[in-house]
Amino acid sequence: MTILILAEHDHQNLKSATYATISAAQKIGGDIHVLVAGSKVQSVVTQTGKIAGIHKILVADHAAYEHLLAEDIADLTLSIAKEYEYILAPATAFGKNIAPRIAALLDVQQISDVMEILGQKTYKRPIYAGNAITTIQSSDVKQVLTIRATCFDQALKSETASPQIEIVQGKQAQSQSRFVSQELTVSVRPELTSAKVVISGGRGLQNGENFKLLEDLADRLGAAIGASRAAVDAGYVPNDYQVGQTGKVVAPDLYIAVGISGAIQHLAGMKDSKVIVAINKDEDAPIFQISDYYLVQDLFTAIPEFCQEIDKIRGNGNLGQHKA
Amino acid sequence: MKVLVAVKRVIDYNVRIRVKADQTGVETSNVKMSMNPFDEIAVEEALRLREKGIASEVVIVSIGGQNVQETIRSGLALGADRGIHCETGQEMQPLAIAKILKKIIEKENPNLVILGKQAIDDDSNQTAQMLAALTNWPQGTFASKVVIENNEAIVTREVDGGLETIALKLPAIISTDLRLNEPRYASLPNIMKAKKKEIEVIPVNSLGLDAAPRFTTLKVEEPAKRQSGVKVANISELVQKLVHEAKVI
Repeated sequence: MTILILAEHDHQNLKSATYATISAAQKIGGDIHVLVAGSKVQSVVTQTGKIAGIHKILVADHAAYEHLLAEDIADLTLSIAKEYEYILAPATAFGKNIAPRIAALLDVQQISDVMEILGQKTYKRPIYAGNAITTIQSSDVKQVLTIRATCFDQALKSETASPQIEIVQGKQAQSQSRFVSQELTVSVRPELTSAKVVISGGRGLQNGENFKLLEDLADRLGAAIGASRAAVDAGYVPNDYQVGQTGKVVAPDLYIAVGISGAIQHLAGMKDSKVIVAINKDEDAPIFQISDYYLVQDLFTAIPEFCQEIDKIRGNGNLGQHKA
Repeated sequence: MKVLVAVKRVIDYNVRIRVKADQTGVETSNVKMSMNPFDEIAVEEALRLREKGIASEVVIVSIGGQNVQETIRSGLALGADRGIHCETGQEMQPLAIAKILKKIIEKENPNLVILGKQAIDDDSNQTAQMLAALTNWPQGTFASKVVIENNEAIVTREVDGGLETIALKLPAIISTDLRLNEPRYASLPNIMKAKKKEIEVIPVNSLGLDAAPRFTTLKVEEPAKRQSGVKVANISELVQKLVHEAKVI
C-alpha cells in the first residue's frame, strides 16, 4: 500500500497540519510519499526530509505552482495518482480547496475532516459542527481524505531519516485561473492553529481596542489570539482570528475564553483543547459547561489581575522557563 | 449572463441537534428545516449581480425529495427567477450531487455557478470543487468578495493566513464564505409572487449517471462529553490551579 500526502507549506516552512497528516498516514500504514509542490521549495524539501517514516519525497518545483492554485495542483496530483491507494491532505483551506477536485477527477467520493482512522476504509468524522460524530466506511477503491490536524499527533522528526527524493516534472500553468494578490495577516505571535496557548475574545470585549488587554496576557503566556464569530462579525478583529466551526479548529494545551458566551459554533472549534478556562461575568454563560476552570468576573478587572498574578509568580522564579 | 445557484435543505441552524438513540443518524422528524445558510449567501450574491445589471437570470437548483421544493420556493421568494428540482428519494453524496449539477449546467449553460462552501449538516465542503473538476471550470472557493469584469470573476478567498485574490475566466464555479454578504429577508409581496414562479422537476434517474453512494454510515454518536468544570473564586486561585493542577502554565 502506498500513500501520497499533499504537503501544505508557505514555501519556507512545512505547516504543522502536514506533520499531523503524515502521522495519520502512519496510522493507515504503508509506504508514505510526500508531494512538495511549489516554486523554490528547497527549504520545505529539507524539512520534510527530516521527518521519520517517510519513504519518498516528490518534488514539483515549477513557477506554475507558486500560488498553489487548485487547478494546477489537482492536475499535477492526477499525473502521479495512479500508483497510490490513498491520497491525504490536511483539512485546512489549502487541503479543502484541492482534495475534492482531485477526488472528483478520480471518480472518488472524498472523505472530509477525518478524526480517527479505524482501518478497512472506515473513519470517524464530525458532522453538524461537531455535534455528532459519524463512523463511515468507504467503498471506493482509492481513498482521498482530508485530515483534521488537531486529532492527530505531530509526526516525529529523525536525524537519521533519509527519504528518497524524486523530481516530478512540472507543467505550464493552465490559463483558466490566475493569482492576483494576497493579504496575509502579519503577526508576531504563534500561529493560531499550532499555538500551545490560545486566548480568545468574544463580544464581551466590546470593541477592537480592548483586544489589547488580551495581548498583554498573550505576551506573558506566549499565546496566540483568537476570537469568536460574534467578535469577528462585530468587526473587532479580522476574520482569520475566528475560532469555530466555520473558522479555525484549534486544540491547544490551554484555551482561555474571555467574554465568550459559548455558541455551539464556537465550541466546535475549540472543545478538543486540553484545558479550557472561561472568564465571563455572566453566571449562566454556556461556555462554563465545557470549561475545566471558570471564573465569574468582569473581564476588564480579571485580565489585568491575571497579568499581575503571572508577573508575581514569575517574580518568584517558578515559571522562568516559560517566559514568552 | 445566467447565474445558477445550488441550494440544500438542511436542519435549521438554530435547532439543537439530537442523535437518535439507535445511532443511525440525527433526529429529523418534526424538526425545522431551512435553506443551508451558506447557500442563502450564494442566492444573495446572485441577486446582487442581477441588481447590478451583470446577471440577467438567477436559477435555483436543489436535489432531493418533494419537500426541497419548499427550499427552492424560499429562494424564489428572495427574488430568484425560477427553480429546478432534481427529484430523488435516495441519499446523495457530494460526488453524486456534483454529477447531477454538471448535467444541469449542460442543459442551462450558466456563466457562473454559486454554491455554499459547505452544508451545515454533513459539513463536507466538497461539491463546488468537485463540480469545478467535472466541468473543467476554474474554482473560487470560500469567497468573501466577488467582482465580475472583463469576462472574469475576481474572487477574494478566505485562506488560513488571511485573504487571497484570484481571477477566474468565466464560466466559473464559486463557493461562498460567511462574509461575502448578508442575505436579505423575503418580503410578503415577493413570497406571494414566488408561488407563481416556475419549478421544473427533473427525476435524477432520468439523467443517466452513477449516483450510488460511495460510503455507508455505520454509526452516528454524540461527541465525547467534557467533565463539567471547577468554579474558581478569583484570578489567584485560577492561576494556582493552572500551575499546580493542570500544569499548563
